Amino acid sequence: QKVSVEVLDHLEHLALVDFRDSEGVERLQKAIQFANQLHEVNTDGVEPMDSVLEDRWCLYLREDDVTEGNCTKELLENAREKAEEYFVAPPG
Amino acid sequence: AALKDGLRSQVSAALKEGRVTPTELCQRCLALIKSTKFLNAYITVAEETALKQAEESEERYKRGQPLGILDGIPIAVKDNFNTAGIETTCASNMLKGYISPYNATVVQKLLDQGAVLLGKTNLDEFAMGSGSTDGVFGPVRNPWSYSKHYKEKSVPKSHSEDEESNWVITGGSSGGSAAAVSSFTCFAALGSDTGGSTRNPAARCGVVGLKPTYGLISRHGLIPLVNSMDVPGILTRCVDDAAVLLGSLAGHDPKDSTTVQDDFKPFELPKLTDVSKLSIGIPKEYHAPGLSSEILALWSKAADLFKNAGCKVVEVSLPHTHYSIVCYHVLCTAEVASNMARFDGLEYGHRSDRKESTESMYAATRREGFNDVVRGRILSGNYFLLKQNYEKYFVKAQKVRRLIANDFVKVFRSGVDVLLTPTTLTDAAPYTEFIQEDNRTRSAQDDILTQAANMAGLPAINVPTALSERGLPVGLQFIGRSFQEKQLLTVAKWFEKQVQFPMIQLEEVKRHDSGVFQQQKSAAFS
Repeated sequence: QKVSVEVLDHLEHLALVDFRDSEGVERLQKAIQFANQLHEVNTDGVEPMDSVLEDRWCLYLREDDVTEGNCTKELLENAREKAEEYFVAPPG
Repeated sequence: AALKDGLRSQVSAALKEGRVTPTELCQRCLALIKSTKFLNAYITVAEETALKQAEESEERYKRGQPLGILDGIPIAVKDNFNTAGIETTCASNMLKGYISPYNATVVQKLLDQGAVLLGKTNLDEFAMGSGSTDGVFGPVRNPWSYSKHYKEKSVPKSHSEDEESNWVITGGSSGGSAAAVSSFTCFAALGSDTGGSTRNPAARCGVVGLKPTYGLISRHGLIPLVNSMDVPGILTRCVDDAAVLLGSLAGHDPKDSTTVQDDFKPFELPKLTDVSKLSIGIPKEYHAPGLSSEILALWSKAADLFKNAGCKVVEVSLPHTHYSIVCYHVLCTAEVASNMARFDGLEYGHRSDRKESTESMYAATRREGFNDVVRGRILSGNYFLLKQNYEKYFVKAQKVRRLIANDFVKVFRSGVDVLLTPTTLTDAAPYTEFIQEDNRTRSAQDDILTQAANMAGLPAINVPTALSERGLPVGLQFIGRSFQEKQLLTVAKWFEKQVQFPMIQLEEVKRHDSGVFQQQKSAAFS
């Protein structure tokens, strides 16, 4: 099945890569076709795997202490448009 | 042969005894980088800071207080690691001119031990690719294209123009790092590995490429591709050197919550003489379609080598290997869609001049900043993450991932210590041939032997094994158990000693535009 125009619109709204020309759409179609091979695999009773480290449970929380920050200057240095301590975006 | 013994026994000793100084080493490497510019291995050469670091190192050696084995050692870093004060581009228009305010943890660790950072190496844009051909600074050339071995086997050409077009790719995406190590412009380099990006170019460039266990080395500062699979990779000229680098980089980092908290003890590799207690597994699915007959023969020869040394060599099965590429395709694009969302032109990087609205500025910025490969993956990734597709594709892929990881668990549980497989299907292809297929097709073809190790988070290493009929490097891969790098590297080192991979002999190259490339001299000893 081909990707519908509605879905393409929605995708572009999410992805914001301006890739709606015929080449972009063709790439997407091929990618979907390729991915469909996944459905050949029997995954009944199999849990999805988020992380290979799940057994070690190493995602931990640290103490809520401020250990770094106050680097406004460094953070703003690489922005092209800024005003005072703000990044500036076009309106709307 | 002298350089093969590497950092610990040769270079470090020479530095300590004053037979060579860090400044001399640095200068020679910088000169070599200049004379091998046509390889296009480096995007940025940090000459001034490198010389300064070398001087500081020299002071420490004079005082008899070097920081360690890496003090004064010239290294290169793939250009997707943040380096403070030095441009980090990811070979993309999106980050041209981006100067990071911080060092990636692995970079900081190297600098803290006195290593000399020569520069940032070339790659496929945002590490997406298997050739190091798809970056905005152009493709990287494999140094072996200019080796005596390759030239002897090439069909003789009538004039130098044809010679030029015959050059072969490095593989990717850490091609610049592999080329840099292979051509002696540095002693070690950092790469990254998400689907094979360190091992693939290592195999094609005849160097050692180590992918550590996921969670062992910090990813803080490595511009992410797939958070659940990325690892920093290590490229060196011998297995011992890889162990030295691993020792200086591994360990918990509070800034990367996916690093394990266990204590890591750096190790020196024992000289294994008795392999009879080892069990080597040969996964039959790695005899993949497209595997060249000569690599198949080398793989078989390697298995016999272990057998004849008294090892238990068994055929094993990893039945879901075939699905790792499709699984990777979905998981990778999904994570990429998320990771690339940060590039919107506001905080850093390229920014379009479009002003009608924030969204149009974002879209134009991203269209201008990213190449088609990156944009294509973002679009696909978003598709697989749509509400109506989430279960069907993303969650399904996560389930298949578990099946792939379980295959390895079963095999290692059955008593196998280490797996032996080919690293690539073929030796390096000529550039003109490689670009005839698109990036996704090539990646799908080339990643088949390396990707599953990333799926399962396992450590894996490429060891240069022999030269192909065309005179180009072929490597074999060892895959080990989680966090058992010591065992993995010990076996790899034994194998390395058995095969005695030849040293590259770079020929004089007369270029019509610049000077000649010198007959190779050892960078440390003349």
